[in-house]
Amino acid sequence: MVGTALFFLFAGLAIACAISMVYHRNPLYSAISLVGVFISLSCIYVTLAAPFIAAVQILIYAGAIMVLVVFVIMLLNLEEDRPMQRLRYLWALGGGLGVLLLGQTFFIFWAVMRAPQQAVDPNTTAGKTMDIGRAMYTEYLLPVEIVGILLLMAIIGSVILARRLAQPQLELVVDREEERRNLDDEE
Amino acid sequence: MEPTLASYLALSGILFTIGCVGVIFKRNAIGMFMCIELMLNAVNLTFVAFSRYYADTTGQLFVFMVMSVAAAEAAVGLGIIIAFYRNRLSVDVDDASMMKN
Repeated sequence: MVGTALFFLFAGLAIACAISMVYHRNPLYSAISLVGVFISLSCIYVTLAAPFIAAVQILIYAGAIMVLVVFVIMLLNLEEDRPMQRLRYLWALGGGLGVLLLGQTFFIFWAVMRAPQQAVDPNTTAGKTMDIGRAMYTEYLLPVEIVGILLLMAIIGSVILARRLAQPQLELVVDREEERRNLDDEE
Repeated sequence: MEPTLASYLALSGILFTIGCVGVIFKRNAIGMFMCIELMLNAVNLTFVAFSRYYADTTGQLFVFMVMSVAAAEAAVGLGIIIAFYRNRLSVDVDDASMMKN
């Protein structure tokens, strides 16, 4: 079965890349692993007969968002993540949450497997780009407009946030931070 | 065994779990940001799988909306990270304790 083989190939690739993303301390390695997750998910969308979403996944996530993230990593010249110094209970919290969510996942898997199987209608046109476009500009016009306003707000907000403020005390804060670090090094 | 709706939901759940645990374990603000993107992608996969198995386009439409919100979040989130780095010379979330005292 080609479909089964493809699903397991890309699902395995996605999970492996996701684990590698969380495991690596270097943010650049994490970013490249995340691109691997996006590309495997895009291939899974193709097997789910959603070519528009697959293309948009590559364009927006692997193209725009990850380029922005890699750009910020390069711009800030980050060093490697230092080892965990936070409180011990975070390990228990993270592990507990992970086990809980995995248990929930397997419960959903079991429950959906038990439910009567939904056969895919071979003649369905759902997911064709034409259908998505028609739904977007007729039935769901208002959400599309709201998303447009949201993107405009995000652009204005990020420009205001990233602009270098002409406030002298901001530089003072940075100087004080550098002094504090130098003192820490001397100690 | 042909992949069914349950297999896609299981894959999505596993990816969501990895992202959620990553948010707690990462100290780096950019690492946390990438884990959140992973969680959004896991949810997108359930939308597309349900859209396929119930033959309804609405799911894919909302994947598009989620992607737009993720793009807006990326722009604003990275702007905040850059502003934070300028103030503290670090993107470590443990250093974000200015309001504690």
